[in-house]
Amino acid sequence: MGLTNQSTGIGIIDRMIEIKSTSPEDFIIALAGNPNTGKSTVFNSLTGLKQHTGNWPGKTVTNAQGRYSYRERNYTLVDLPGTYSILANSVEEQIARDFICFGNPQVTIVVMDATCLERNLNLALQILEITDRVVLCVNLMDEARRKNISINLNKLSEILGVPVVGTSARNGEGLDNLKNAVEKVALGKIKPNPNSIAYNDKVQGGIEELTPYINSKIGDRIDNSWLALRLIDRDNSLLESISNFLKLDLMQNRVISEKLLDIWERLSRDGYTEETLRDNIVTSLIKESEIISKSVVTNIKNQKNLDYKIDNILTSKTFGFPIMIALLGIIFWITIVGANYPSEMLAKGFFWIEEQLLVLFSYLKTPPWIHEILVLGMYRTLAWVVSVMLPPMAIFFPIFTLLEDLGYLPRIAFNLDYYFKKACTHGKQALTMCMGFGCNAAGVIACRIIDSPRERLIGIITNNFVPCNGRFPILIAMAGMFIAGFAGIFGAFAATLSILVAIVLGIFITLIISRILSKTILKGLPSTFTLELPPYRKPQIGRIIIRSIFDRTLFVLGRAVVVAAPAGAVIWIMGNINLGGISLLVHCARFFDPFARLIGLDGYIFMAFILGLPANEIVIPILIMSYMSKGSMLELSSLNEMKELFINNGWTWMTAVCTMIFTLNHWPCATTLLTIRKETQSWKWTWISFIVPTITGIIICFIVAQTARILGIV
Amino acid sequence: MKEKIISLNKLAIGSSGLVKQLTAQGNIRRRLLDLGITKDTIIESLRKSPKGDPIAFQIRSAVIALRSEESSKILVQWIE
Ligand SMILES: Nc1nc2c(ncn2[C@@H]2O[C@H](COP(=O)(O)OP(=O)(O)OP(=O)(O)O)[C@@H](O)[C@H]2O)c(=O)[nH]1
Ligand SMILES: [Mg+2]
Repeated sequence: MGLTNQSTGIGIIDRMIEIKSTSPEDFIIALAGNPNTGKSTVFNSLTGLKQHTGNWPGKTVTNAQGRYSYRERNYTLVDLPGTYSILANSVEEQIARDFICFGNPQVTIVVMDATCLERNLNLALQILEITDRVVLCVNLMDEARRKNISINLNKLSEILGVPVVGTSARNGEGLDNLKNAVEKVALGKIKPNPNSIAYNDKVQGGIEELTPYINSKIGDRIDNSWLALRLIDRDNSLLESISNFLKLDLMQNRVISEKLLDIWERLSRDGYTEETLRDNIVTSLIKESEIISKSVVTNIKNQKNLDYKIDNILTSKTFGFPIMIALLGIIFWITIVGANYPSEMLAKGFFWIEEQLLVLFSYLKTPPWIHEILVLGMYRTLAWVVSVMLPPMAIFFPIFTLLEDLGYLPRIAFNLDYYFKKACTHGKQALTMCMGFGCNAAGVIACRIIDSPRERLIGIITNNFVPCNGRFPILIAMAGMFIAGFAGIFGAFAATLSILVAIVLGIFITLIISRILSKTILKGLPSTFTLELPPYRKPQIGRIIIRSIFDRTLFVLGRAVVVAAPAGAVIWIMGNINLGGISLLVHCARFFDPFARLIGLDGYIFMAFILGLPANEIVIPILIMSYMSKGSMLELSSLNEMKELFINNGWTWMTAVCTMIFTLNHWPCATTLLTIRKETQSWKWTWISFIVPTITGIIICFIVAQTARILGIV
Repeated sequence: MKEKIISLNKLAIGSSGLVKQLTAQGNIRRRLLDLGITKDTIIESLRKSPKGDPIAFQIRSAVIALRSEESSKILVQWIE
């Protein structure tokens, strides 16, 4: 315990959201709300942007901005992190509160979940205390209708004194009304007139007493009675923000601080401690929400719904884990089987083009080294990246995203939390690991959903034990060549099984390392854990497939061009510069070889991992290129020959297993490292994130390789 | 039986309880309050996770999972 933000080096990320590229006439609109209420979906439908959405609380942790225009006016929309409250118990809440308070948005849209209005009203009321320029967007109306919940929106608007719009953002329903309401509030055509919350007389008295003094100091920049309330509630984080943004230290003001002491003393005489006072304030808001909700929501008593029954199976003692593993297995199996054919086709296509390129170059009579470096170096590496890596990614990612959209990920976290608790970490780490399957950098950013700095750091350091989309195809290639090969017609099955084992091993290692970190350099107890399990939702299949294939495809192709082509050139040059009759490449490989053999690899494999630092996608292509430039095989035109090439270079099943283990456990790629640096604001933790998985990988590979040798099974 | 006050994690699966008191302090207390767990809220215990902890509860029409560290600090009166 006792780790503070300072000591762990995690500063507050993006302390204040900066508005980018808008003209001064633009209206700034903040988008706030509870997690998983559809803020990003609203954001996307208004701006036409492709902010990622997902059916779990905490999907958005960065602050996306986008613009839309409506009736010749431009609006800049800011997607705030989803929070249950803005009384600033966490960094996210502070970011949301500070933007609403000090970011001067002309309008704040509060997105609410129509199926859970009461809980959502609590946040809406908190925001209404800060600003009255609010539009309430009651989203997920389609879901509410399906659950026989009906909401009297007009009445809600009347009670709260602000415009209320019902929407189903996913189908675009109600968005025009929303834009219209936002325009009216922004232009001041509607003057929202919210009622204030009735706090008990004692508190209310204090507020009224304090308000004039605050006004003389702050003016009308911040709602005075709200600020008075926050002061009485000893909200130090707000005081801090005020001194940050308004360069004012309110407690320096003698009158205010004396008045405050006076109020506190009276309250304590009336029997209020700091704690009970806070309770009283929070409870007033919740009671108010309850009353409002009762008067506007009619809920035809719903029996236990389908979600309840599904969850009883998916998270049950008997089926919870088997189903989880089976689902993963099915995804891997589909990926392995499905990737085969397109990989083969791509390889054929690329090598046909390669031949044509060679014809072209010989026609142009360029010097041989030019076409060799361009075609045999750069082009070939590129071709390998695309044909080996792209198909599994393009299949795995959309299917995994389907699970995410369905709402299965929070169930995984629910099932696994017991083990994370045992490891003294946060159960939401399971969610950040799921994001790591897509990209470890994304997984690292997702760690922002973990509030406690200690647990967040553990999540960041261990995220790399989940194979990202760029490493996953390496596992598939290894399993496909060396494990499926031995299993005959059960090949795909055996390959799937071995990848499952690898993933489970990764989870296991994550837990062990997390526990070790919790007991050593990141000592501490688990913090609070609350996890909302959202309803299952029908995934938007078409959208997911199109988006993830296009986003991914373009992303991977982009990275391939940027990284693979120069890497290919480097390999070609290293393979062609001779020192003492041996190429530079061989020199390097020989240098690493003794060490690499100890851990079941060889010098070339180890070097490929080192050169793969910029992006793991290029590890296998580099390996192929290195072996080929060594001269053991000059033509490689199909995937089957790849295995032959590896075997000719001394590979056994053990080499493949150690390569798989090392793929799972080695340094994070450069992008991830830079992201870690950015998230932790510290080179120290970046370095630790580098070294921890590397040492883990070396130790495990060493044990596996040496055991296999001693037992004589290779 | 009716009057018996128990901590939320002891509430039998499938039954409901009326929140009587929060014994949690500080940050945890804040979090629980934010989720709408105040005095007189009705909470239903829905199911245990495969290893028995955390437990999922129905709280004001949302399903929320709590570890025993948190749920043991919510005292409820068993109602049905
Ligand atoms: N049926 C239905 N689903 C919706 C609607 N709006 C959003 N969703 C779904 O609700 C889920 C959550 O949506 P997001 O837009 O990611 O929610 P968010 O508020 O940005 O969530 P966080 O970023 O986690 O705070 C996604 O699965 C959406 O597809 C709607 O109007 N109707
Ligand atoms: Mg979002």
